[in-house]
Amino acid sequence: MSAGDAGSVRDADGAGDGIRSQTLAAAVAAAARTRRYGSWYVAEHRFRVMRSYAQTVLFTAVGSPLIYLYAMGVGLASLVDGNLGGNAVNGVSYLVFLAPALLSSSAIAVASEEFTYPIMLGFKWNPTFFGMNASSIQPGQIVNGILISVAARMLLTCAIFYVFMLVFGAVPGALGFIAVPVALLTGLAFGALVMAYTATLKDDTGQLAMLQRFVVLPMTLFSGTFFPLDLLPPYLQWIGWISPLWHGTELSRVFAYGRPEPIWLSVVHVLYLTALLAIGWFWARRLTLRRLNK
Amino acid sequence: MPEPVIATQNLIKRYQDFVAVDGISFEVAPGESFGLLGPNGAGKSTTMRMIGAVSTRTSGDLNVLGLDPNRYGPEIRSQLGVVPQENNLDMELKVRENLLVYGRYFGLPRARVARRADELLEFAQLADKASAKVDDLSGGMKRRLTIARALINDPRLLLLDEPTTGLDPQARHILWDRLFRLKEQGTTLLLTTHYMDEAEQLCDRLVVVDKGRIMAEGSPADLIRRYSSREVLEVRFGSTQNAAVADRIQGFGERVDVLPDRILVYSDSGENELEQMTAAGLRPITSLVRRSSLEDVFLRLTGRNLIE
Repeated sequence: MSAGDAGSVRDADGAGDGIRSQTLAAAVAAAARTRRYGSWYVAEHRFRVMRSYAQTVLFTAVGSPLIYLYAMGVGLASLVDGNLGGNAVNGVSYLVFLAPALLSSSAIAVASEEFTYPIMLGFKWNPTFFGMNASSIQPGQIVNGILISVAARMLLTCAIFYVFMLVFGAVPGALGFIAVPVALLTGLAFGALVMAYTATLKDDTGQLAMLQRFVVLPMTLFSGTFFPLDLLPPYLQWIGWISPLWHGTELSRVFAYGRPEPIWLSVVHVLYLTALLAIGWFWARRLTLRRLNK
Repeated sequence: MPEPVIATQNLIKRYQDFVAVDGISFEVAPGESFGLLGPNGAGKSTTMRMIGAVSTRTSGDLNVLGLDPNRYGPEIRSQLGVVPQENNLDMELKVRENLLVYGRYFGLPRARVARRADELLEFAQLADKASAKVDDLSGGMKRRLTIARALINDPRLLLLDEPTTGLDPQARHILWDRLFRLKEQGTTLLLTTHYMDEAEQLCDRLVVVDKGRIMAEGSPADLIRRYSSREVLEVRFGSTQNAAVADRIQGFGERVDVLPDRILVYSDSGENELEQMTAAGLRPITSLVRRSSLEDVFLRLTGRNLIE
């Protein structure tokens, strides 16, 4: 993702006289840093805001892997493994099967938190985006800055989650750590779409709660997360195919425990997630520009 | 003549079904304090946003600080200070943090922003509120903080959209004092307002805007001279009598305006008119002689009151 926005300004509008080109040169110099680093300044703002709920960020980042890995990877797993044996699913224990999915889900959780209410806030409830846009910052840079800041929080969350996976002994594969960037890509692919969707909302009359209930929750349940997708009746399997979580989880399982998968399918996972991210990003930038340029 | 800070020529902003700004032309010189006076919905804020390089014009020419906003948006905005009508201070951050963060948007070094933030808190009389939550500030303080924020980049042009709307009289006066200081220091000000007293206090020159068009242009005194009289006599005969008396009052002063509840007589001397009225046997219930104001100018130009 490029942090800078719109190319730099070069020519002088055909201005002939000295005063005009001087004015222009001074103006170009004054805005040059923001043209280049504006996205990072927006991210800086987001980090400052996140600091006010840093405790929540850390608590969820540490608490949720503990809770989920213990409840499902240990508790539920004892039932599954008890019935199906120590190589219950995909030839590995239930904990090993489940952990990469929980990791990707934690990235999705960060996305569905950070790309909903904070976006609504910036456009509507406390319209700071309009304030940013009145400075040298451009609308696209606001979108970039938010993506950067959320990516940072997501990376932190996933890294901590991964450490707990190691502690629980859930990662037999040597390349398991690659599951972290895969989870990041998964979270951002979904999140960029959510951000774009939220940018279309003039008012929140329950849409964001519906999104949680009817998109995020079903996606978490039916993306090959807790059981392989092929256990679903064939007419429901499409849920997995369109779900970024399924693509992300399947890919991270390849690295976490060497789940066999044809290479073309792994490539499809990466391409699909990248495409979602690109579409969401592009769409969010367009909508933001349209909404701020009244 | 120095190059104007703002030059608009036949500026138009059209939305799908209506024209918000309908061919506005004016120029603002460096150091000048210029006002857009008009009722709600006159197109003042839309004009302001186009000048602030955050709203693309439909047609016409617009030059801000010598640059075209369509092409040099960030370059123009880097030299502007903007005080929007709707408060958009960051409620999640403390008072001083709002300034620090905003300064960074202009790419200013942290140390410089910190120094400038302290100066501006002093200027806005908010130094003792530096670590307060924005939510705990009064309306007047929030507006002063917004002005301080708008000054963080040492702007060449300050845009103020209805800076004192919704503030109590004391808070308005404090704000006017601060703005007057900026004016003395040579900052170019562009402000919209629907308050006559504000325009008379702060504007060297102004345009009266209605329905997206300019109705008149000049200094406050100049406009009052052209479209009103030195004084205005306001008389009330009670709402039932008003219309009946109106006929007998025609011919008094330079001009008479009959409103539903009161009658305005424009004259060089309101006292004289009142004496003659009494001599003619007319007994108003209340009478008031006052200086003519921009409100009268607006009424004369549009036949309507500014605040409806």
